[in-house]
Amino acid sequence: MNHLLSIEDLSREEIEAILDRAESFAEVGRRDIKKVPTLRGRTVVTLFYESSTRTSSSFELAAKRLSADLVSVKAAGSSVDKGESLKDTVATLSAYDPAAIVIRHPYAGAAQMVSRWTSAAVVNAGDGKHEHPSQALLDVYTLRRRLGSLEGTRIWIVGDVLHSRVARSNLIAFQRMGAEVTVCGPPTLIPRGIEELGCEVSHSLERLGEAEVVYALRMQQERMSESFVPSLREYAATFQIDTRRLNPRQLLMHPGPVNRGVELSGEAIDSPQSLIAEQVASGLVVRMAILYELLAGAERPDPEGAPSPGGGESSPTPIGQPA
Amino acid sequence: MSELAALTDVLDVRTGEDAHLVLRRASVLDPVAGIDGVHDVVVRDGRVAELATPGEADTDGAEVVEAEGLHAFPAFFDPHVHLRTPGHEHKEDVETGTRAAAAGGYCGVLAMANTQPPVSTAADIAALREQARAGASVPVGFLATVTKGMRGEELTEMVELREAGAVGFSDDGLPIRSARVMLRALQYQRLCGGNIALHEEDPELSGEGVMHEGPVSAAVGLAGIPSVSESTMVARDAALAAYEEARIHVQHLSAAESVEIVRAAKAAGVQISAEASPHHLVLTDEEVRSLDPHRFKMNPPLRRESDRQALIEGLRDGTIECIATDHAPHQAEEKEVPFEQAAMGVTGLETAFAALHTELVLPGTIDLALLVERLGGGAAPFGIARPTLAPGSEANVALCDLGAEWTVGEDGYESRSQNAWCAGRTLTGRVLMTVAAGQVAFRLRAFSLGVAS
Repeated sequence: MNHLLSIEDLSREEIEAILDRAESFAEVGRRDIKKVPTLRGRTVVTLFYESSTRTSSSFELAAKRLSADLVSVKAAGSSVDKGESLKDTVATLSAYDPAAIVIRHPYAGAAQMVSRWTSAAVVNAGDGKHEHPSQALLDVYTLRRRLGSLEGTRIWIVGDVLHSRVARSNLIAFQRMGAEVTVCGPPTLIPRGIEELGCEVSHSLERLGEAEVVYALRMQQERMSESFVPSLREYAATFQIDTRRLNPRQLLMHPGPVNRGVELSGEAIDSPQSLIAEQVASGLVVRMAILYELLAGAERPDPEGAPSPGGGESSPTPIGQPA
Repeated sequence: MSELAALTDVLDVRTGEDAHLVLRRASVLDPVAGIDGVHDVVVRDGRVAELATPGEADTDGAEVVEAEGLHAFPAFFDPHVHLRTPGHEHKEDVETGTRAAAAGGYCGVLAMANTQPPVSTAADIAALREQARAGASVPVGFLATVTKGMRGEELTEMVELREAGAVGFSDDGLPIRSARVMLRALQYQRLCGGNIALHEEDPELSGEGVMHEGPVSAAVGLAGIPSVSESTMVARDAALAAYEEARIHVQHLSAAESVEIVRAAKAAGVQISAEASPHHLVLTDEEVRSLDPHRFKMNPPLRRESDRQALIEGLRDGTIECIATDHAPHQAEEKEVPFEQAAMGVTGLETAFAALHTELVLPGTIDLALLVERLGGGAAPFGIARPTLAPGSEANVALCDLGAEWTVGEDGYESRSQNAWCAGRTLTGRVLMTVAAGQVAFRLRAFSLGVAS
């Protein structure tokens, strides 16, 4: 794996390898000293053209936990504000010889383009409405921990699928792991032709009981002015996941940030079947695993002090212990 | 409809020396004139002087081109190109654009008016015609906008524009949003003449779309332009043209529904003509999975295989009478950005014949004669006689090697821009030499070295 641009590019085995690696980092997270020297002396750049809390903070912390030097660039307040093109910005940052560039961009294909302009490993942290592969990986990781396997698991993705990169990446990832996916939402927010991706389409929550996992998507305010839905009130009345619609055996997920009282009721969010907090925790270890696989994985020369990749018996070594 | 005008009566070209050529033992194919055989093609004093018995033409004083095994076609006519001048000369101008046309075997092109500023006044037309006389390699005609500044509100001074030499009218790049303005333009056509070429798209339905709306847009998360964005406007304008008994030309058809509407309108006697572009005849929206805007972002967008098949069927049955490249040059910095931000459009003049020969003729989808016929079919809708090789006619010849393999872009482009939709593809069939309005407009460099004299 040279870059993480899209879930589409990953085989089931490659996904499993990242998740296995994440498991070993979870173990590190339980130690007093949560840092490993794997990426010591190497530089990770995060380049965010859109606001983000979870994704940027967890990638940044992941890089630090791996002992990388971190440069984080936000579009606001940088030369991007002054009209610099993406290509020129990448050329500038590449002059620092980063090992990885983590990029979020409002347009589809941005990460893929960047990968052609730099020798660094590129991680797509969300490109337009196209993909959000690290989110999909952390969601699969979270579910795998709960269920052991996604084989045959019935998952419903509910809400604004049309505008959601999370929906797209997760749909692909869940299916690749053997799950059966239904996308559900008002017809105006389900992209035409999505059933050709192999999922079922529903415009009603009537059969929601079939799902073992309910994955709700964020519903944005501005969709009303564009006539996608008449009102958030009507949307909530028809598609909100609440504790009446959810049965106690179903697991509930959401990529965050949640609009409380719109796509999810407050009660549902705080219910014991909600995995939302767990998803955030998974984000850190999965993003550590992504950086590890890209930068210290088998295809790249091992940096000094890195544990041997792929070897199930060797877990990453915390600082202060003999390597 | 009135008598068709000769190419150079309406179009402008840099005047130079009339060619005196003998294309010896060329396979001559002009399906409309009913010519299909091996001849010595004699070009002299601006005309096709003679189609002589092979090897027997008088070569005295002529440049002899050994053309055995090569094909001579009537040169092609493109009713839809963007020469980008005035205002965007960094992408293309009259000189580079017509050089690209010559390299593609064209003897005539019509330039769209969506320049900066748009071509909306008689003075704009006069200035462009002056440029063409100074530097155009092949005859070029200019369309003026239908509405002032392409704002879609008020009609341009269409009578004066026609008197200044505007070949026709088009707001191409944008649709004429208002049905009322469209109706007025069609009414006014009775006074000013000139066909009205239409970019059919409902901006309300296209929204922020950047590719065809369907399973691929769903898969890659790009906003879609639905087929009905085009077809509903084609239907509107066909109805308006019928109502006013006016003449319209529908540009770059892309959707099966639109083809069906044009077919029905023609059957009902509406004066409607239609074009399809090589990229729509060869590619589908599956290409957009690559998210490569250089080759695959244009408007109208690449659509489904079923749409492509409908376009081919339209070409076959004459619903679509011509192929138009919609040659739309853009510089690298306008394309080296994410798909959604990239400029719409691809270039096609230099590759249209070779690409369609490779992708449609060689697999047997359409035959060579039909391709040649449709590549010349864009003249008549604008009142211009189609190029022909009938003896006595103005010499417009494309000499082609149907067996030549070449990779697009490997030797650069004549166009100032490089956003060819078939960049990097290996094509079979190549234009070696173009004669336009009696002058040699283009010779492939490698070929000219081998010319006997």
